[in-house]
Amino acid sequence: MSGIVSYLLFFATVALSYGVATLGLNLQWGSAGLFNVGVAGFAAVGAYVSAWITAAPADSHWGGFGLPIALGWAGAMAASALAAAVVGAVTLRLRADYLAITTFGAAVSLQLVALNAQALTGGPFGIAFIPRPFAALSESPLAFAAGNFLLVAAVTAVAFWGLERLTRSPWGRVLRALREDEAAAASLGKPANRFRLQAFVIGAALMGLSGAMQAQFFGFIAPDNYLPVFTFQVWVMLVLGGSGNNLGALLGAVMVWALWSASGTVVALLVPADVQSRAAALRVVGIGVVLACVLLVRPRGLLGERATVSRHI
Amino acid sequence: MIGQILVDGVTSGAMIALGAIGVTLTYGLLRFANFAHGEFATWGAYAAMVIAAALGGAGQTIGDLTFGWPLVVALLGAVVLTALLAAALDWVLFRRLRRHGNAIVLVIASFGASLALRSALEFGFGPEPYYYSRDIAMTVRLGLGMRATWDQMLVLVGALALMAATTAMLRYSALGRALRATSENPDLARLAGIDVARVVRVTWLLGGGMAAAAGVFLGITVQLRPTMGFELLLPLFAAAILGGIGSVPGAMAGGLVIGIAEAASVPIAGAQYRAAVAFVVMLAMLLARPRGLFGTRDT
Repeated sequence: MSGIVSYLLFFATVALSYGVATLGLNLQWGSAGLFNVGVAGFAAVGAYVSAWITAAPADSHWGGFGLPIALGWAGAMAASALAAAVVGAVTLRLRADYLAITTFGAAVSLQLVALNAQALTGGPFGIAFIPRPFAALSESPLAFAAGNFLLVAAVTAVAFWGLERLTRSPWGRVLRALREDEAAAASLGKPANRFRLQAFVIGAALMGLSGAMQAQFFGFIAPDNYLPVFTFQVWVMLVLGGSGNNLGALLGAVMVWALWSASGTVVALLVPADVQSRAAALRVVGIGVVLACVLLVRPRGLLGERATVSRHI
Repeated sequence: MIGQILVDGVTSGAMIALGAIGVTLTYGLLRFANFAHGEFATWGAYAAMVIAAALGGAGQTIGDLTFGWPLVVALLGAVVLTALLAAALDWVLFRRLRRHGNAIVLVIASFGASLALRSALEFGFGPEPYYYSRDIAMTVRLGLGMRATWDQMLVLVGALALMAATTAMLRYSALGRALRATSENPDLARLAGIDVARVVRVTWLLGGGMAAAAGVFLGITVQLRPTMGFELLLPLFAAAILGGIGSVPGAMAGGLVIGIAEAASVPIAGAQYRAAVAFVVMLAMLLARPRGLFGTRDT
């Protein structure tokens, strides 16, 4: 019984850690209309920076400062924000699909660095022995899982609350105005690029935090975690849940992660061991089909963006 | 040394150029960046492998090449099949999404289609590399310290011939004129009596077919892997942007530039960062001259 509960807690922990990245993407895409196809790159920056800050010294990679996890996560957010500021400063003035191509290129390049800069990142072997939160509780799997879940739930709640405040604020309204009609918003004196860059940086910081949390929960990171499939998963989460809606982003994260985990279990049960790695590819096909169906049948997603009307009317 | 960089760069650049034709045409015509385009190259390469195997494999070879007539026939078959695949993907997915009118939704969908197509292939063939032939490719000295395999030279000739044919088709045939007119202004083209739906179909057939040829050529000179087309994607985008979106001659020139830049980077940064080179060249172009070398359209 406690085994099932700890599994469910672990499942929810991972799902919510994806949820934080989805919230970040929702700010970028849902509110500001910025088409970021480099989610995996920003998550990778966060994961590696947090690993460098918190892990014990090791010969296989750079860093290893053994500092507290909170510092690692703060550093991860700062580093991803910085990376987004650089990428955004260069690309945000480009047309939307150019932004897609360049963020995609940035993520591919970052993944190449993770794979090949062995002295920094440990190369293809990644970084192991990343300290886990509540490691002292690890004798009791249930308490360990519960601690991790509460931690990520608290982080998610703070991110959710902050984003709800932000998107309802005048700042959030400007973002949506820019998304809907840039010329009109600009004619009211709103500096389009500055607002966009702010949304891009904040969203990327959340993606970095998501990457750092996953690094900490799994205790191990490798370049293979940050292939475009990661970006794709986060996008499907947002599109399914409903872009423009923070609750939808979280709902989508939980649902897609549930589908992903369940399909993994099904593959493990039904497919003979020798073709399992190949059958795992079918999961990606499945999730791609889910995305296509959602886009075709219900493009707003499950919850969708609420039409906001001024409360003074 | 420099000569060898040119030989390698021009051969791989010619393949990038072939693939970029489809990217720039769909981008110019339908106004969206198709992330699934690289997968057409992969599917084409694997389709050719299956067809060649059915025809008796690498059996007898032609001259000093590593392959024989079965692969030449297979190339044609793969081009046709992949062209149909591209048109089918448009029919099933993109055509419906275009009705909603948001170009970015198309990009998301193409991103999903790309992963689904690649993973389906990986399910069928596994992640390990394949080769059309295990024969050792004969190299020829070209003078000035340059050497190339016969395979490379044939691939280069084939790619240049296909590019020339595409250019001639676009410039001189009625269909090519209709295609260019629609790309310039779809509404005006429709008013002028051009069947836009047919032009869109032809664009997908042409783009998919050329990408398949690029994939087969890549399979001949390098190897076949499920990720080969995906790794081609950034160079394809870079070539299309470099040449100017919508410009087919531009995409060809862009492909050659990217190929040479990649080959030149190998002695400096190592082969593992090849894919990043295309990205850096593309970024520099977007910042300096977003409309590209030959483009007339502003971003």
